[in-house]
Amino acid sequence: MIARATRTPAFATDRTLLGVAMFIVSESVFFLSIVVAYVAYRNAGLAEARAHLDIGRTALFSVLLFSSSWTMARANAGQDRRWLAATALLGALFLLGQGSEYARLLASGIGPASALFGTTFFTLTGLHGVHVLAGLAAIAALFAASRRRPRAVRPVAWEAVAIYWHFVDAVWVVVFGAVYLGTLL
Amino acid sequence: MSAVALWVRRGERAAGAGWLRTVDHKEIGVLYIGMGVAFFAIGGIEALLLRAQLAFPQESLVEPAVYDQAFTVHGVTMILLAVVPLLVGFANYVVPLMIGAPDVAYPRLNALSFWLSLLGGLLLYFSFAAGGAPDTGWFSYAPLSERAFTPGSGVDYYILGLAVNGAGTIIGAINLAVTILLMRCPGMTVGRLPLFVWMTLITTLLIIGAYPALSAALVMLLVDRQLGGHFFDPGTGGQPLLWQHLFWFFGHPEVYIMVLPAMGMVSEVIPVFSGKPIFGYRFVAASSVAIAFLSFGVWAHHMFAVGLSGAEQVFFAASSMLIAVPTGVKIFNWLATMMGGRLRFATPMLFACGFIAMFVVGGLSGVSLAVVPIDWQVTDSYYVVAHLHYVLFGGTMLGVFAGAYYWFPKMTGRLLSERLGHWHFWLTFVGLNLTFLPQHWLGAQGMPRRVFTYAADTGWGPWNLVSSVGAAVLAAAMLVFAANLLRGLRSGEPAGDDPWDGFTLEWSTTSPPPPANFSRPPTVRGKRPLWDRKHPDAMDPG
Repeated sequence: MIARATRTPAFATDRTLLGVAMFIVSESVFFLSIVVAYVAYRNAGLAEARAHLDIGRTALFSVLLFSSSWTMARANAGQDRRWLAATALLGALFLLGQGSEYARLLASGIGPASALFGTTFFTLTGLHGVHVLAGLAAIAALFAASRRRPRAVRPVAWEAVAIYWHFVDAVWVVVFGAVYLGTLL
Repeated sequence: MSAVALWVRRGERAAGAGWLRTVDHKEIGVLYIGMGVAFFAIGGIEALLLRAQLAFPQESLVEPAVYDQAFTVHGVTMILLAVVPLLVGFANYVVPLMIGAPDVAYPRLNALSFWLSLLGGLLLYFSFAAGGAPDTGWFSYAPLSERAFTPGSGVDYYILGLAVNGAGTIIGAINLAVTILLMRCPGMTVGRLPLFVWMTLITTLLIIGAYPALSAALVMLLVDRQLGGHFFDPGTGGQPLLWQHLFWFFGHPEVYIMVLPAMGMVSEVIPVFSGKPIFGYRFVAASSVAIAFLSFGVWAHHMFAVGLSGAEQVFFAASSMLIAVPTGVKIFNWLATMMGGRLRFATPMLFACGFIAMFVVGGLSGVSLAVVPIDWQVTDSYYVVAHLHYVLFGGTMLGVFAGAYYWFPKMTGRLLSERLGHWHFWLTFVGLNLTFLPQHWLGAQGMPRRVFTYAADTGWGPWNLVSSVGAAVLAAAMLVFAANLLRGLRSGEPAGDDPWDGFTLEWSTTSPPPPANFSRPPTVRGKRPLWDRKHPDAMDPG
């Protein structure tokens, strides 16, 4: 990703990209703090997590999200709105998967207030979900702008949205690892 | 805002609503400074209320509940709504000028940062109208801040206010960092950056690394309070200490966020008023980088009393003492800059010298607090209150006053009165020592912080009275400052472009500068570009 960014327009000379990079550093500290809390409370909620989380199903939806990084890379490379739409579709499917997971857990009495597992699970995955939603909004804005006024959209806008989307994706690698794969240890 | 509006020549743009719409870095800088001044006054009045209540034993001037709200809001106000906006405001105004840039990297985001920061402050103060301000101390420790123990909405407004204010501060920091890294004029290499710019750059990186930890902790507390979560609820396995870890992971870098820019201001003032370049430029810059790195590894020294393991105690005690080394390096650099110089004790220089003296006191009491057994003895006592006020008032605020007197002529085109400035300085210097020096002894005698009153037979009465008298002197000093500002705005002598015989680029443009700052983009070939221009026969080595 960084290697891509150093090509054109370059990371170290472009205001927008440097700003996005710093924003992502701050977001990383934010997520790291929440992940630290999740891991600190892992033992207290482990039994509940093992009993209720559906790893296989979430893994499937995770693959959709991970593959959306590939479609986003294609979209960015050719400034191609079709690939952008595919990315949004994959992201939305991932959110649907999360939503159904939430519905299932809530139906079996596990919510943010039920116990430590619920509190930490819904906070961590919920904050990630909100970031996916923000990414979808950014994609929608880019899509609309590039259709209506294609010449007004600078290439760096594509680059910026792509970097943010890859970040949201990378956060899910950590969250999926800590929350779901963590139950296997 | 009308008084603030006088600060800057409006140029061709519309006045009034222009302040709501402006994206000019200088005007946004003035807005930040105006916000900082307003909240500094409010926080100061809260402090006077506290000192009035504590002046005599067994007083009942204010209700205990009001007292708790006053010290909580005083702390949050001074740290996040006064000091940080003041520092960010000066950086906003001066940094683009110093690096020869026409504006910051993202002018519109700059406006967003300011308005978010202000909105955060207003949200916090709205709590007074919504049933009571937060009363859990500025660091709002869990589980006290949990709903079971603090059911009112005050803590919720604390959470919202700090989160929104923090978002503004983070965005502002990114903006300034990118400005410094990418908007420098030709020749302004990193090795030639004015030290205020260096310190601002490091501060912004600290903000980007530290503030999000606070945001995360605030979200967790909000989940606990509003969604019935269990993050900090010990009854169901939650750990209140997690709040402390996250809060101080933000809170200790925050200390350096508040002091590094003030050190930067002092590093600009001392060389100019000594008629010499700074001694050991690279050491001053590099020691700031060292402070920044170390500041992320000292947070648990706020937590020695909670029962850390032996290894943790040793680590955090050692790292905290280590951070005194790069700080000491700076002190000696400033002293060496003054040595053999042609010293001019105008008001900015007085405040800069006051900064050095007072910051040394605060720094030394800080080192003593890093000694774990001493910390156990005086933790949560007035000794800590004394220490932090020597650092924040004696340090940061004296630095800010130095910067204010130094740059006021650039911002307004008018000089402040030296006579009132000297009164302001000496009243401040005497007042702050009267207020905070006796608090060391009160703390050593065992007076806990945040108590609403105390019994007469404790013997704490006399020093408390001295401290309260000192607070009144400080209030008088601030009135003198206000009078000086108003007088300067209305009828101050014209300053000209370069009233101090300055070294850096902001003094090469008009006072106040035109909308795009410079008529032509400047070119730089040394650390003191304006000195070079004024002394072509004695230019600094490139």
